[in-house]
Amino acid sequence: MTDTLQVDIWRGDTNGGSYSRYAVPAQESQTILDVVTWVQRHAEPGLAYRFACRVGMCGSCAMMVNGAPRWTCRTHVRKASKDGKLTIAPLRNMPVVKDLVCDMAEFFDKWIKAGSVFTPTETRNDPMAAIKPDEPDRMNANAAIECINCGVCYAGCDTVEANPDYLGPAALNRAWTLVNDRRDGAGSERLSTISKAGGCHSCHTHQSCAALCPNLLNPTASIAGLKRKTAKAALGLGTRR
Amino acid sequence: MKLPPHRRDPLRIAAAVQRLSGLALALFLPAHFLVLGLAIESPEALDSFLSLTQNPVVKVAEIGLVLLLGLHFFGGLRLLAVEFLPWSPRQKTYAAGALAAAITLSCCFLLSVTG
Ligand code: SF4
Ligand code: SF4
Ligand code: FES
Repeated sequence: MTDTLQVDIWRGDTNGGSYSRYAVPAQESQTILDVVTWVQRHAEPGLAYRFACRVGMCGSCAMMVNGAPRWTCRTHVRKASKDGKLTIAPLRNMPVVKDLVCDMAEFFDKWIKAGSVFTPTETRNDPMAAIKPDEPDRMNANAAIECINCGVCYAGCDTVEANPDYLGPAALNRAWTLVNDRRDGAGSERLSTISKAGGCHSCHTHQSCAALCPNLLNPTASIAGLKRKTAKAALGLGTRR
Repeated sequence: MKLPPHRRDPLRIAAAVQRLSGLALALFLPAHFLVLGLAIESPEALDSFLSLTQNPVVKVAEIGLVLLLGLHFFGGLRLLAVEFLPWSPRQKTYAAGALAAAITLSCCFLLSVTG
């Protein structure tokens, strides 16, 4: 392992920009976020980037690292680069605000569009819904629920790149958790929104999102579930909600 | 040409193979029908065209065509399973199976034309 990392970081804003090169001291167990932080503290105080928790909880630190979207606080330099060279850029498929900070507004707007807001059927005065952990619906939701909204899957999805209307893996994955939530009352509207153009049927089943998700979620599986549900609903079968 | 890292997963490559084989077959089909159409218009022209298929280069191209067909067919079955059957964690095994089936099919074809 080299003593010094050769790090190219994208600097610029909405009008464009270019890579600047920095020499960063290599350390044991160093993460990509450590590298970016070193650059900001020692070489480039004006460097803009986002992070908060540093432990893979908040989903704010994702960037393109040597061409792949990654959560940088939990990605070791060793894993991303064999030769000590790093190229760090803002996430793909989102407009840049400055340097490594991208505008996630559209990403989150699409969550809302996909019907990602829970619509309760009961109030706080009703007794708590008894949902068993091993109910099939609950197990479906379980597999998809730990999303940290990091945008890694969205940045890795070629359909998002090609089709600006496509809601994307994260938003549809969230919709799938609610489709499986029997306390939610917006099921049929949600299914009809996500069957439209840009919804689940726009997914090309690349499975890149599943290969890239740092939390090991499988948006492709969730979207396949939505495809089956919407197909059934269109045929008038199994529209429970 | 090096694939960008977000496209290197075997299943992502399988998705691309599905598209590209479909595109190649779609380009081949009109030519295929055109040649078949010769049977109605002028059987002699068809015969002389078909004699071309004895050419080894054309034979190799035919094997390629069978491979494309196999890839698209078995890969298509895999996709239908992904979308309409309950999710299975063995996606890569299925993709490898589709590839193996396509290669077997084109080998069978190779044996039948050389045998
Ligand atoms: S499987 Fe669907 S959501 Fe995932 S990367 Fe492909 S198109 Fe995007
Ligand atoms: S599904 Fe995974 S990759 Fe996509 S936003 Fe959620 S945690 Fe990130
Ligand atoms: S900083 Fe919170 S997930 Fe990386």
